[in-house]
Amino acid sequence: MPIVSLSEAVASHVHDGDSVALEGFTHLIPFAAGHELIRQRLTDLHLIRMTPDLVYDQLIGVGAARALTFSWGGNPGVGSAHRLREAIESGSPRALVINEHSHAGMGVAYSAGAARLPFGMLRGYLGTDLPAVNPAIRHVTCPYTGEVLATVPALNPDVTILHAQKADRKGNVLIAGIIGAQKEAALAAARLIVTVEEIVDELDAPMNAVVLPHFVVSAVACVPYGAWPSYARGYYPRDNAFYLAWDAIARDRGAFARWIDRHVRGTRDHAGFLRSLAAATP
Amino acid sequence: MSDTPYTADEMMTVTAARMLWDGCVCFVGIGLPSAAANLARLLHAPDIVLIYESGTIGTRPDTLPLSIGDGELADTATAVVSLPEIFAYWLQGGRVDVGFLGAAQIDRYGNLNSTVIGPYAQPRTRLPGAGGAPEIASNAREVFAVLKQSPRSFVAELDFRSSGGFLGGGGERARSGAPGAGPQAVVTDFGVLKPLPGSEELALVARYEHVTAAAARAATGWPLAVAESLEIIAPPTAAELAALRDLHERTRAAHSRPVRLPV
Repeated sequence: MPIVSLSEAVASHVHDGDSVALEGFTHLIPFAAGHELIRQRLTDLHLIRMTPDLVYDQLIGVGAARALTFSWGGNPGVGSAHRLREAIESGSPRALVINEHSHAGMGVAYSAGAARLPFGMLRGYLGTDLPAVNPAIRHVTCPYTGEVLATVPALNPDVTILHAQKADRKGNVLIAGIIGAQKEAALAAARLIVTVEEIVDELDAPMNAVVLPHFVVSAVACVPYGAWPSYARGYYPRDNAFYLAWDAIARDRGAFARWIDRHVRGTRDHAGFLRSLAAATP
Repeated sequence: MSDTPYTADEMMTVTAARMLWDGCVCFVGIGLPSAAANLARLLHAPDIVLIYESGTIGTRPDTLPLSIGDGELADTATAVVSLPEIFAYWLQGGRVDVGFLGAAQIDRYGNLNSTVIGPYAQPRTRLPGAGGAPEIASNAREVFAVLKQSPRSFVAELDFRSSGGFLGGGGERARSGAPGAGPQAVVTDFGVLKPLPGSEELALVARYEHVTAAAARAATGWPLAVAESLEIIAPPTAAELAALRDLHERTRAAHSRPVRLPV
């Protein structure tokens, strides 16, 4: 498990057309990695994420995605993910195939993926129209009780990308705080890239902590503030002011394109991105 | 309601908060449900157990979270579990008393739409989607919903059914195998709707002192049933309003504070 730059990690492990899951439920969202996908102009991606919020708004807005598997897409507490909305409502900048689930459905789909089972099962989607618009949501009869339960196919992304607090020099990764479905998404994937706030000599993980051992990690990159404007517990808080400000940026296609060109494509790496943003902030 | 010293949002939040009891286990949606649940905790229900779908159990935030997974929720929680766990072991496991939801549209049987306005394949307005709501709606012992009443939101036909209430009514929900009892109260800016026995159709059972049943009917996209003796909901007390406004003030201050970037 090599410790490399983020740009090398993405170049080595993400390819056009891949299914890619950037996970992190509000916390530890791998924004820096999402921006690197945009810089390297990856395209035709099948994006997977329970809550496509700003990072997927950006990837979808630049036209990097051909498909999206998700369960809630918006700017949490603020409103719409405007680029995602425009892609679905008017196919701009390109048509987007959507596979829509509930959170509970995505949760069992990742769990099944991690366990290498063909499907996940839940008492879910009862009385909803989701199975009518997503033919992947099906049902199975319990062989013991006869109860009919919902099933969803396992999610096994080509690549999962996470952000975490720290890794040691062997590449063991520690995640703490709100963990979402990060562990399941990590173990379900064929390849796993993790960006971290810092590389440490000793991981010092409490017993039963969420640790991803080095042998399941394809690459680790040290990217401080790699989750911003999301947050890394113990390092920096969620930048709610930026989430509020994003609404106006993403609402207008031109403003969005200028923001991406200036801060993401106009910078070499995440440190440059942060400098560029800081310079633009009064 | 312009002559009243409180807003419709405040009246709804206070009314919703009053329905939550001390010690109840409440699975909270973001927005008005979150404000109501925390107001209840600050007033009459100090031991209410708040669960957010980000996996935070027993959280006691000082400010309202902007997102469902703000750090404040984890820092003040009794336990933080994974997302597959919160839905499988806690919600589906039958540990939740009340699921507290908002939506864009509701129908007479308390079914909710938070997915699209217009046809699914070519929506006029694409909304964020169902998120945790479908399983909250089916698995919580009971569901409270909060949304403003208008012919656009209280509709005869949902554009999309994101979460099941009483489905077609008359016991269809129970026959579907849903473990919970379904929507037991809907708080609106006119009052409170509850399901009628048998038909399970929502009826206005309580109203705020400044509104009329006729106005509530006019704001509903189906012929709204109204209880014969309509309860009048007491206006917010000074203590309720003070606690709610403090909470919102703390929240606004916290959310407008940008994070200093390293340069």
